[in-house]
Amino acid sequence: MTRRISFLLFTAALLLTSGCKPLFEIRKAMYDQPKYEALEVSDFFGDRRSARPLIEGTVAQGQLRLDDHLYLALEEIDGDILQARTYPFEITMADLERGRERYDIYCSVCHGLSGHGEGMVVRRGYKAAPGYHSEKLRDMPPGYFYSVITNGYGQMSSYAAQIPVEDRWRITAYIQALQRSQFASIEDYEAVKARSSHDETLESPHEHH
Amino acid sequence: MLMSSQLFTSKHNTLARLTLLIFVLGGAGFLGLMDMIHRSPYVRYTKVRREQPVPFSHKHHSNLGIDCRYCHTSVEVSGFANIPPTQTCMNCHNVMWNESPMLEPVRESWATGESLEWTRVHDLPDFVYFNHAIHVNKGIGCATCHGRVDQMPLTWKEKPLYMKWCLECHRDPAANVRPKDKIFDMAFDPASLSREEREALVEEYGIDHADHRLTNCWICHR
Repeated sequence: MTRRISFLLFTAALLLTSGCKPLFEIRKAMYDQPKYEALEVSDFFGDRRSARPLIEGTVAQGQLRLDDHLYLALEEIDGDILQARTYPFEITMADLERGRERYDIYCSVCHGLSGHGEGMVVRRGYKAAPGYHSEKLRDMPPGYFYSVITNGYGQMSSYAAQIPVEDRWRITAYIQALQRSQFASIEDYEAVKARSSHDETLESPHEHH
Repeated sequence: MLMSSQLFTSKHNTLARLTLLIFVLGGAGFLGLMDMIHRSPYVRYTKVRREQPVPFSHKHHSNLGIDCRYCHTSVEVSGFANIPPTQTCMNCHNVMWNESPMLEPVRESWATGESLEWTRVHDLPDFVYFNHAIHVNKGIGCATCHGRVDQMPLTWKEKPLYMKWCLECHRDPAANVRPKDKIFDMAFDPASLSREEREALVEEYGIDHADHRLTNCWICHR
């Protein structure tokens, strides 16, 4: 009798432990394999990051960044190293469109879609962001805007982590286009009118939402 | 005493057939039930607001007009749509709500350099290799898989993310494809386009599903 009871108990224990659990564990093991997904918590590293921060001063292949004009917005002008007054690459219409898109994503929240500094975050109480249409800012070279995006300015943080280098230049180009839009000369107007009537197939500028 | 041949009367024939039927139906029913449970929102964790170290509201931030990409910067260029670093939060919250007790973990992370440990809402099995960039660049909008995140106070998983659900779209991408300038437009509904328009988009984007490429195992499992 005791033998039968102990057999039943043993079978029950077998079902409860080795019977069910491994099946469940096998399934789980496939779902959560011993590897890290992006940004997964790690119990191995002290700071619990599986995404390891780069050791300071690390330069990956192809990231030497020797082009001071492109990366630092510095240009040699009359023997002096100054803030770049030109763009490191030619700005095409496609670059300008991309600049608008990126501006609307990253800048308009504070500086406003038209660049008057009336962005929603400012309206909700952030420190007032400057508009781009003051005389001081209209006189600034492209390199100035690139540097502000890269390094931040006053209350504004650096956007270097969010916006790649080329896009910072494209945004700069779009800011300069915004500036010009507010102080367009009659010649600018005539030129735009002539071009749009000349080329009927020209794509209409898409609306801001 | 009954003879052994009289143990079963003719009514037992019916009983035996019924038993067999119950056994088969019961077995199928049990399997069906298991499958239902397996696909149920209960197991899939859909529509469950997950607890987070900070009660972050996508709804609140979207209502300000902040684009998805302001924080999820890598979604167009990487398989992984990044969770923003604390720096991104601090772009605004160094000034706004900078004494709110709710944001204390953010400030602490900023001060100490330790990461905030968010709870993952969409966790695919490790044997599935999903790539955000290819979907976003080929006309699949955020809302198609994530639902109206812009209306979620606390984030939940809208879709079950099981394989059948993935395959529905991989078999027929024209069901969900949308114009490229509407990818991040959460309110846009692909059904507002005609079937022909959407098929034209599939063609235009070069979404190659004619040879069942998109339903090959290796497209997701590697």
